[in-house]
Amino acid sequence: MTLPAGLARILPMLATLALLVAAISLVSPGFLDISVANGRLYGSPIDVLNRGAPVALLAIGMTLVIATGGIDLSVGAVMAICGAVAAKMVTLGYPLPLTLLAALATGAACGLWNGLLVSVLRIQPIIATLILMVAGRGIAQLVTEGAILTFSDPGFAFLGSGAILSVPFPVLLWTAAAVGTILVLRRTALGFLIEAVGVNARAAYRAGVNTRATIIAVYVVSGLCAALAGLVVTADIRGADANNAGLWLELDAILAVVIGGNSLLGGRFSIVASLIGAMITQTVNTGILLAGFPPEYNLLIKAWIVLVILLVQSPRLRPLLARRRASRQGTPT
Amino acid sequence: MDAVLEARGITKLFPGTVALDAVDLVLARGEVHALLGENGAGKSTLIKCLTGAYARDGGTVLLDGRPVAPRSTADAQALGIGTVYQEVNLLANLTVAENLMLGREPRRLGLTNRRSACREAARMLADYDLDIDVTRPLDAYSVAVQQIVAIARAVSLSDKVLILDEPTASLDAAEVERLFGIVRRLRDRGLAIVFISHFLDQVYAISDRLTVLRNGRNVGGGPVTEVDRLALINMMLGHDLAQAESGHRTRAPGNGPPAAQFHDFGRRGRVEPFDLTVRKGEIVGLAGLLGSGRTEMAEVIFGIDGHDSGTAEVSGTARRLDSPRAAIRAGMGFCPEDRKTDGIVADLGVRENMMLALQARRGWTRPVARREQDRMVADYIRRLDVRTPHVEKPVGELSGGNQQKVILARWLLMNPGFLILDEPTRGIDVGAHAEIIRVIEELCDRGMSLLVISSELDELATYSDRVIVMRDRRQVAELAGAEVSTGAIVSAIAAAPQQRTAP
Repeated sequence: MTLPAGLARILPMLATLALLVAAISLVSPGFLDISVANGRLYGSPIDVLNRGAPVALLAIGMTLVIATGGIDLSVGAVMAICGAVAAKMVTLGYPLPLTLLAALATGAACGLWNGLLVSVLRIQPIIATLILMVAGRGIAQLVTEGAILTFSDPGFAFLGSGAILSVPFPVLLWTAAAVGTILVLRRTALGFLIEAVGVNARAAYRAGVNTRATIIAVYVVSGLCAALAGLVVTADIRGADANNAGLWLELDAILAVVIGGNSLLGGRFSIVASLIGAMITQTVNTGILLAGFPPEYNLLIKAWIVLVILLVQSPRLRPLLARRRASRQGTPT
Repeated sequence: MDAVLEARGITKLFPGTVALDAVDLVLARGEVHALLGENGAGKSTLIKCLTGAYARDGGTVLLDGRPVAPRSTADAQALGIGTVYQEVNLLANLTVAENLMLGREPRRLGLTNRRSACREAARMLADYDLDIDVTRPLDAYSVAVQQIVAIARAVSLSDKVLILDEPTASLDAAEVERLFGIVRRLRDRGLAIVFISHFLDQVYAISDRLTVLRNGRNVGGGPVTEVDRLALINMMLGHDLAQAESGHRTRAPGNGPPAAQFHDFGRRGRVEPFDLTVRKGEIVGLAGLLGSGRTEMAEVIFGIDGHDSGTAEVSGTARRLDSPRAAIRAGMGFCPEDRKTDGIVADLGVRENMMLALQARRGWTRPVARREQDRMVADYIRRLDVRTPHVEKPVGELSGGNQQKVILARWLLMNPGFLILDEPTRGIDVGAHAEIIRVIEELCDRGMSLLVISSELDELATYSDRVIVMRDRRQVAELAGAEVSTGAIVSAIAAAPQQRTAP
């Protein structure tokens, strides 16, 4: 894709983000201030990038799943499972690399399970992934044996609260994961085949595309992204909370993808747009906190802002407005 | 002439095209009026304008001399214009009586009076010599019966004009006769009946007058007795049929080695086991009515519906053709009949659509270099004369003919040995039509083997070395060399059922 076309694709999201940041800066001056302390960057923008890491990671995988016309409701629960596995292994004294690998393998296995249900058993994605969404927290509770598993391994904790060259590690992790995924998708033919399956799976199948493998692949990627997100939140609180880790984050991830202008029906996708979408939702969260509204209003305000963003971006609203304008002038279009 | 409906200068615009350009249609009281034209000629657009499904952009419609402008099909129905579509537009899971009485059930104390509804429904059907149990669900009956029920309902609601849109497409000969009996009786009662069909024999059997459309314009019409078959086909196709008929390929029939051989190949419920050999450089035509098993045969060969009997040999090697991927590996390609759902990937561009099969065969890890893609795509855009403003234009926004060329290019750049084309010229404009036929002949001259399914029998007769005729999911005849002609194909399709078991 040429740069102008790519830029045109993400321009509405960038504009939304800029407007949002401007609005918050009006309410709470100093929103954009960044400072360095103890060899680490601080400030609201850094906070947005850092706090937004789990949803950004999930949004990468979710974008691909949605591009095939599917959806993955299980990612929040998969985060909990992977976090629990990692915490369990660290407390049992396994070395960190093995622990991380095990968590990633767990995420991939969860994705494989979803992919098999969707592509081989042909269960509707929303139902197929709902199974693991419900069962996942139970699995995580079995791993943690019902308690919040805490640990003090500094290496693992670094994933959540460490920094490299002053940049918080979660920020580096999600940007690296995004860049890596985008490179793999665009340097190989995977992105093309995913889009073909998403637009018209019947036609793709008849053209010889291995639709089954393609669908399994996107769910595995989504599982891996959920594993990374699970590691980040577990490392951040130095403990695995089977009940609350990643709770409702699948919905935030879907929201990020939608705000990024990706169609839930599948087809053309943009990971960059989804990531901006993730940052928009996180900016809203942070902005509401900073603005000092009573906390009981937070969810309602967030819902309104999201509704406005989606309406403004809606391609159906524009012709509607144009038609009204035209009919008021009494000229046919 | 006592005109019931007089449509003058009907114009309908769609973005970028004029679907109807000042079309006239005049229906007299008590006549069967055939509306003819190739796919895309504007027949269904005209019908939709008359029945209120579309708002017309120009023209007038007079019904019994009064101008009307129905805003919906229900509106048209109330005015007296009823329509029965090929796919019966009733509720298959409701009973026959409920379907007939829907929306005007006899009521007693605010509740539907079932018994009197059934009595009323049975009385309505008696007019059509249909004595069936009206309390059974509609889908318990054959399509022919459903069609009659649909007609009964339409006539009871609308008593002036009855539009029958391809009513006979899935009926057998006896059922067609029965339907025609009903149509004649309704005509004698004074209804004006519009009959849309691709079967010219039926048009001549039932119609009093006809109107022919091509590319959204009136191109002719009149009493059927004054328009002979040749003239009619000329009007519909817009070229001289004499030329088409004399244009039968004179090149040596393919007698090279077999490119693909199928023995006892079939799938239960889709197509009876068949034997088929296609030689190198040979074009085999596959003819038959809708539902005769033509498309099913192609889909079983290409592995879309895995076969459950028989063996296949492609280029001398035994192959298991249990998926399109396997068929493609064996060097086959398939342009499907339903381009929109099975062929194009509408939101993706011309380039990506052309590259899809090749990229799928190479696998995701070996992308075709962009420069290479651009070269191949530009090459095929030129060779097939694809009209597109640029290579990234979403294929869904191109015309049918250009979409077909894109899919053709998708397979040609794989250089397949054996290509299956299912209705390659359906619904595409005349210019692209001729080009696709040119390409078909050129490919076969280069040694490619083709299996072509087409309802356009003249066309099929023109380029096929052999024609296989299908009926009731099995091969019933094979014509070769000089035997291949439109007439021979038609009589093989129409042959009486007793003669159909091949020796």
